[in-house]
Amino acid sequence: MLCGRELAVWRGERCLFEQLHFELGSQQLALLVGANGSGKTTLLRILAGLALPTSGTVTWNGVAVSELAAEARREVAYRGHLEALKRDLTVAENLEFHAALWGREPKLEGLLEELKLVQVAHMRARYLSAGQRRRVALAMLHLSGAKLWLLDEPTTNLDGEGRALLVAWTRRHVDSGGLAVIATHQPEEFATRGTLMIEL
Amino acid sequence: MRVFNAVLARDLRVAFRRWSELAHPLIFFSIVVTLFPLALSPEGSQLRDIGTGVLWVATFLSSLLALDGLFRGDADDGSLEQLILSPVPLTIAVLAKVVAHALVTLLPLICLVPFTAYTFNIPSAALPTLVLALLLAAPTLSVLVALGAALTIGLRRGGSIVGLLVLPLTSPLLIFGTRATDLSINGEPTAAPLLLLGALAALAISLGPLAIAAAVKVGLE
Repeated sequence: MLCGRELAVWRGERCLFEQLHFELGSQQLALLVGANGSGKTTLLRILAGLALPTSGTVTWNGVAVSELAAEARREVAYRGHLEALKRDLTVAENLEFHAALWGREPKLEGLLEELKLVQVAHMRARYLSAGQRRRVALAMLHLSGAKLWLLDEPTTNLDGEGRALLVAWTRRHVDSGGLAVIATHQPEEFATRGTLMIEL
Repeated sequence: MRVFNAVLARDLRVAFRRWSELAHPLIFFSIVVTLFPLALSPEGSQLRDIGTGVLWVATFLSSLLALDGLFRGDADDGSLEQLILSPVPLTIAVLAKVVAHALVTLLPLICLVPFTAYTFNIPSAALPTLVLALLLAAPTLSVLVALGAALTIGLRRGGSIVGLLVLPLTSPLLIFGTRATDLSINGEPTAAPLLLLGALAALAISLGPLAIAAAVKVGLE
């Protein structure tokens, strides 16, 4: 379970948000919505343990996210605006490295087919289009096999088909016991009954 | 260990696909080292007297040239975030990156040193000690350079600041390293400075990654 208590973030004199509480159990999806600059990315980075809130705590199964043990960290995947692709490595090499990092088997075949990346699998990442880079990032998300997904505007640059695939994946992930927190400007794409909306 | 190898292999692969960048420090080193004999009179023992010092200082300066790439690339494309979040201890990943960086920048430099030593009339009998001393100094130098690079991740143009930060800290290496080389040129025993360089290397390898990992985490926050 992902728990945020009394979260507040101040940027100097300006308050991004305060008194933010939420609880997210398994099979639950939370959507982060808010205008540009309202703190969606900041909140996601805090949930991932990459940044610290000005006050408040975030816990994953009772442990503060910045102090998770290795086994618990395997359960959390964060995909931000940066795709974490090495431009000089091929798509397959990037994915294999990512799988090794997470200690997973790099089963690429079906995955690349589903994401329509077979043609570019052995091309260097520098030649990919922005949408293709996003698709590789989704492949990395899938490979990490995490239980909790933290996605920052994952639909950016994706075409209609890619967005539909992501929505389908998210549904399947949540239905099979996973959790997801997604920052998005199109909440209607992901929202179903029982979706938690966090407005910043 | 598997992850150490994976990070090491990835960084080496990325480095070799951009091999032209690897050549910059080497060319810089060669140019600096050849400028001294041109500027000084070739007669007498002047060149030999300053030779050791020049070779050591030039090696340190050249290794600074390449350091911006150590964490900057990973920070800019988001790989560093993923390394921090991955289940692997960051110290291991960082150690692998430092080793990879040392292999592609420092090792070629050290290989170049014996050849350039001839321009300074350094006797060939002293070359094994010179290279050994450089190899013993390399781990400490890499860790110091990596620490500087990690502390300046948050700065857009960190390069020049790192020099100011790291170069003063390299003075013990310079003192023991040049001492070992001078002793061997004079045919005296060199064990003491070499052992001290080894001790510094052990200290740097054991404690350095902890400090670098902490600096990386702070730098990305």
